[in-house]
This record gives sequence, C-alpha cells and structure tokens, in this order.
Amino acid sequence: MIAPTPQLLARFAALGLLGVIVQTAFISQLPIAGANADLSPLLVMAVGLLCGSLAGGCFGFAVGLFTDVVSLQTLGVSSLVLLGVGYGAGRLREARDPEGTLVPVAVGAAATLAFGVGFALLQFLLGVDAPVSWALLRQLLATLIINALLALPVYVLVRRCLQGALPEDPRRRRRRAYTTGGLSPLSRGAEIRR
Amino acid sequence: MYDKTVRRRRAVLGLLVACSLILLTAYFGESGSGALHGVQRGTSEVLNPIQEGASRALKPIRDLFGWFGDTIAAKGQVEDLRKERDRLRSEVLTNEIRKADYDRLSNMVQLDGALGLEDKGLKTGRVIFQSGTVWYATVRVDKGSDDGVKVGHPVINEEALIGRVTAVFGGAAQVTLITDTTIKVPARAGRRGEFGIVEPSSAGNPNDLIMRFTNPGARIAVGDRVVTRGTEPEDRDESLYPVGLPIGQVTRIENEGTDTQEIHLRPFADMRSLDFVQILTNPRGE
Repeated sequence: MIAPTPQLLARFAALGLLGVIVQTAFISQLPIAGANADLSPLLVMAVGLLCGSLAGGCFGFAVGLFTDVVSLQTLGVSSLVLLGVGYGAGRLREARDPEGTLVPVAVGAAATLAFGVGFALLQFLLGVDAPVSWALLRQLLATLIINALLALPVYVLVRRCLQGALPEDPRRRRRRAYTTGGLSPLSRGAEIRR
Repeated sequence: MYDKTVRRRRAVLGLLVACSLILLTAYFGESGSGALHGVQRGTSEVLNPIQEGASRALKPIRDLFGWFGDTIAAKGQVEDLRKERDRLRSEVLTNEIRKADYDRLSNMVQLDGALGLEDKGLKTGRVIFQSGTVWYATVRVDKGSDDGVKVGHPVINEEALIGRVTAVFGGAAQVTLITDTTIKVPARAGRRGEFGIVEPSSAGNPNDLIMRFTNPGARIAVGDRVVTRGTEPEDRDESLYPVGLPIGQVTRIENEGTDTQEIHLRPFADMRSLDFVQILTNPRGE
C-alpha cells in the first residue's frame, strides 16, 4: 500500500481539479461521432492502477463528488460509481499486477463501461422516467471506444504527473537491478565461482 | 500486518460508500434551497469564472477539432444536399407563386409573421459549460442574475427554442435543454395550430422529440413546423414560453388518428453544438 505523503495528496488534488475542469470546459463540448470522451473514469482508473485500491477509491470518490458539484448533478452518484471504478482498478493491480502496454487500454475501457452502466443504473434507481433509447446505447459504445483510445495517453500522463511523488515501482527496481549488475543472482553466481 | 492493511482498506471503502449513499439520500430528499444544494451552488459560483476562463482559452483548440469533425461530416452530407438542392429547385417555382398569394393574404388578415422578440429583453450569452453526461441535458451560460436572468426564462439560439433557465448564479445561469426529460413545452403544429405537449422521446437522444396529447383528429403532417403555444386567454397560468418560438419539424407520426398518437419531431436547434444563446429576460414583453 502506498503511504499518502503531502506531495502525493497535492498532486492528486491538482490532477482531479484540472481533470474535471478540462472535462467540463473542453472535452464535454467536443462531440466526436455524436458522443464525448469522459476523462473521469480514465483518471480514476490510472490512479487505481498506479497507486492501489485505497488511493484509487479515495481519488474516485473525490473526483466524483467534485464532478457532481460542478455539474449540479445529484450529489453522490458519480462519487459512488467512480469509487467502485478506482477501487476495482487498484485491486486489479494488487491482486494480479498485470503487465503489458495495453493493460491501461483494456482497464480504461472496462472502467468506462462500468461507469456508464453504473451511472445509468443509479439514474434509473433514482427514478428517471425515460426509456433507454438506442441513441443512448450508441453513445455509450462511442464513448467506450473513444475512451479506450485515450486510455493509454491519459495513463502515461497521470504516471508522469505522479512520478516524483510515488515510491519506485518494485517491478522496475527489480529490472534495473538485474540490468545494472551487482544484485542479479546470475552475476552473483559468477562472482562466487571466481 | 497484512490483516491490518486489508482491514483498513475495507474500512475506508465502507466509509466512502456510506458517505456516497448518505450524500445521495440527503441531496435527493432535500428541496432546491437545501443545504447541499446551497453548497453546490456556492462552489459553482466560485468555479464559474475558472470554467469560463478555461472555456475561452480552449476555444481555438475546440474550434480546430470542430473543423475536422465538420469536414468529415460535410463529406457525408454532400450527397444528401445534392438531392435536397434538386428538390428545392422545383419547390422554388411553386413557392414563388405561393409567395404572391401569401403577400396578398397577409395584408388581408394582418398576419404578424415576425416573431417580434425585440421587447422580450434579449440577453446574449456564451455557453461556458455543457453537461458531459447524456442524463443531464444542461448547459451553462455566462449571463446570470446580474444581467436580470431568472429561473424559468426561455432560452433560444439562432435557430430555435433550446430550453429554459433552471438555476441562476451571479454571473452565470444553468439552462436545461428541451431534450432533457424534465422539460415539457406546450406547442402548436400544422396549419391549424394543433395543440400538444413537446417532450424528449427518450433519454440521450437530442435529435428526437415527441409531441403528445394531440387531438386524434389533428391535421398534422410530416414536415409541419412546431412552435411554442404561448398563453391563451382561457389559460389559468401563463406559459413560460412566448407564442411562436420555433421548436422543430415533424418527422413521423406514430399511431396516427388514435388517442396515443405520437408526433415525432426533430428540433431545429443542434443541441450538441451550442455556442451563443439568447435569454428572454422579459418573456411576456411587459
């Protein structure tokens, strides 16, 4: 689990604030194929994948709450769904630690789908009196595709933003140790033989 | 150590879920003037200038993306427009004959063809925020109570009616679009001005509205224009919308001639690309 340092918290706050403002002032006014990209599930997914379930869940809750406040939506809806998204992404990292460049793409698409479906379900539970139209499903699908394309750049951007404040990734540290010599079991074996 | 970590993680998760549910329940249960709504409005008041600044700063990039999108869309529209041009050419001839008739008739019945909105206190504003989710068809404009905007004022763009003001701040106002499921507009359609209520056909479809509660024998045809009904002398309450604001054009009629007749219309205004809008701060022209 990653300890929350003040530096890390400040970066989370800046990331969330900037992400929501860019989403509302820019991305949401930019229709692509009749739909909009949605940065919030991608940001939360990236933080969950990089920092774990606790940080992912807390960040999801905060981003969701801020989104609800800024958009004058029912408070608690986005925070509840994004909390699940962040926690889920974090648990994936903790339980499976998936490797591969395309992991953020798949997790980003899954996060978007979970957010879209979860948000819609909560809206219906809250009593939105309207049938689900094909247009809505089409938009959800289009957002899913756009977000899947954006997932990797967003993940890289978030990683870069948090880079200085995060403890070093154990996988990377291990890899560097092997390549720089000294700590590798192979090289140690060679030294013993000598 | 591991157990402690897991316990802590689960406790935080449970706490946040509980917080979300409490917020949701409290917000949903309270009135529009409740504490949480107040906090939300206060925060929006603070963030509006930031959003407005960001919106202005990012407009050139938005326009650039829009240009690419428009170019691709325009290619697809070329064929449709050619057919439309051919059809319009033949209509022009017919219309010229009709226009001469119309000029004579309009003099006879003194028909006020113009909308006459000059006395309605028009305030032009720019859209600074558009709801990212299809569940809330709202936009925010940079005109608020400082400019005389009040809740309920109708909002139009250069094409037609787009919605009404549902929340007001000092320098901004929230506009709920006519494609939102909470909005219903009394309207008239066809040559005989048949009455009906216009509302969205389904959530998340900005291109299809439905006119309900029309008379089963109403003479409405595909292509007819639908406009706001305004207030009639026999009405108990005054309508929020002045008479004659264009809304859309009839595209198809379902269950025609029955009590459940539904008239589908396509709004004249493109709700996904709103930029400048006008708020009617004196809709009754008093």
